[in-house]
Amino acid sequence: MIETTHVSKVYKMGELDLEVIKDLNLTIGSGEFIAIVGPSGSGKSTVLNILGGLDIPTSGEVIVDTEKITNLNTTQLAHFRGEKIGFIFQSFNLIPVLSVYENIEYPLIMIQSLPPQERKKRVLEVLKEVDMFDQKEKYPDQISGGQKQRVAIARALVTNPKIVFADEPTANLDSKTAHRIIELMHKIKQDYNTTFVFATHDEKIVSSAERLITLVDGQITDDKKVAV
Amino acid sequence: MTNIIKIAFRNLKRSGRRTLLTAALITIGVIFVLVYSALSSNFKAYMVGEITDSMMGHIQIHKKGYIASVDNLPLDKNLNGKQIDKVLELLDDNPYVENYTFRIKLGAMFSNYVSSTNIRLNAINPDTERITLPLFEKRIMQSEPHLLKQGEVLIPELLAKGMKVKKGDTAVLVVNNQQGSVNGLNLIVSGIVEPISGPGGRDGYFHIEDAKKILRIKDVEVSEIVIRIKDVTKLQEAMKSMQSLKEIRNKKGKPVFEVHPWTKLSPFYNIIKMLNVMDISIKIILISIVLISILNVMIMSVYERIKEIGTIAAMGTPPSTIVKLFLTEGFMLGVFGAAVGSIISFIIIKVIDTIGIHFAFGRQSELILHPSLQMSDIISVSIIVIVIALIASISPAFKAAKPNPVDALRQN
Repeated sequence: MIETTHVSKVYKMGELDLEVIKDLNLTIGSGEFIAIVGPSGSGKSTVLNILGGLDIPTSGEVIVDTEKITNLNTTQLAHFRGEKIGFIFQSFNLIPVLSVYENIEYPLIMIQSLPPQERKKRVLEVLKEVDMFDQKEKYPDQISGGQKQRVAIARALVTNPKIVFADEPTANLDSKTAHRIIELMHKIKQDYNTTFVFATHDEKIVSSAERLITLVDGQITDDKKVAV
Repeated sequence: MTNIIKIAFRNLKRSGRRTLLTAALITIGVIFVLVYSALSSNFKAYMVGEITDSMMGHIQIHKKGYIASVDNLPLDKNLNGKQIDKVLELLDDNPYVENYTFRIKLGAMFSNYVSSTNIRLNAINPDTERITLPLFEKRIMQSEPHLLKQGEVLIPELLAKGMKVKKGDTAVLVVNNQQGSVNGLNLIVSGIVEPISGPGGRDGYFHIEDAKKILRIKDVEVSEIVIRIKDVTKLQEAMKSMQSLKEIRNKKGKPVFEVHPWTKLSPFYNIIKMLNVMDISIKIILISIVLISILNVMIMSVYERIKEIGTIAAMGTPPSTIVKLFLTEGFMLGVFGAAVGSIISFIIIKVIDTIGIHFAFGRQSELILHPSLQMSDIISVSIIVIVIALIASISPAFKAAKPNPVDALRQN
């Protein structure tokens, strides 16, 4: 599903070159529930961004679902993300001018251009899935943090992505809400065989992950399957 | 595209106060330009109408060299019968010409038996003068129902006041003719002529047959032929149709005639040109207002929404869609400003038209402007505003679409 070969990422910091990812070789299969862990600055988010086609590696290649994304231009990458990838962010990043329903509908309109009937069906399905059906008319500033993250998950899932990347998805949530969100993502993974890749510090996600990749200074120091 | 418009509208609504202020600025600019254009075009049309319809006509034909020495009112540069026939051959078949009239212009001594002064006179045929210059009669105060008869003179207002002459008084005109003999003629003052700006605007008038008598002219002779054309907007075409007159040469090979449009004869045309330059200047100010305000609001919008832009880019929105989104926001601001500005301008101009603006120009007072808004002005100003709004949005739109989604998402 995802395969990286000798991927590295170097940031220019004035005169200095800062290599945040070093020779990353990684294979991720379909339907996996993976947590990438490591100390702050270890490169977790950068790995997530490179795997999701948000960032371009300095060297190496990334193949996602048989597509070599390191060869794609900006527009092709945007289409690739719209078709195959879902993102969940730590601070939810909902569009404040759109209602819950419209936030979820947005990628179907702007990216996948689905006909209205099909859109409505899909949006209502995921709204029920994340238990936000009754809140669909509300705006982001009218719902709680946990509800916002549910909407963000619904928005990531509505396009039926093969892979969902989640960067610290529970960091802004209380413990109870975080548990419910993790359960929800597990259920989705079970129901749709969606691959979930998390960059996290959260013990709750780590303990529920099926595979744990530890990153230190941009290098994988440990990669193990965990029994849940 | 409908969805882009919907989201762009909501983005503008989100910063309601700022959007309203920007749109208000554009609206005020549009109102300013449209009201000014309506007033200035009405003023120009009014003044041009006054000048051409009451004094100058649209085109004048003279003997070559007459205009250069017009201040002396030379009698030796009058057109003779043969030359007049040449002109009439052209005028009678000319599709642009509505009417024409002949004038003899001369300088004279005007006396009320107590004192005397110089006077510039136009000797006219009242019947042809009336149809060639339909507003001429309106300039005459205390006039008889007829315009002018033989034995009568219309004197300029300034002279009447200065010499305390009123309608019905008798006066004497003393004239030197071309041969140098001095001749006098008793005339009755039949009216006072209101002054008008431009050359000849303060002249007196008397009958052309009286002029022939006093100047001892036996044959046909005129100083100028004043022409009224059917459509004032076709002045250039009418001038071209008379080009052949300019090509006629005398025995010495020199041109016989000179043909001038009113724009070359009246200094008011320079005022019109100045007003046109002001029209352009005001449009440039409007463009600047729209450009700066939209550029400002769009750049602020991009910086405020950079994280949001990162989010939609991360979800897979292509850069071209992000560009379209911002261009649509700028476009909508422009359309809103242009539409509201046009509606308010229409109302303001209707009110002004109903009330009328009273003004004085030079020595003319109690002139009334009734402006009207031309559809062409609304369309041209709206197009300018919308195009400039789009141009102003280009840079912010590309700025929004340019950053890497990761960099955009990192912004707070």
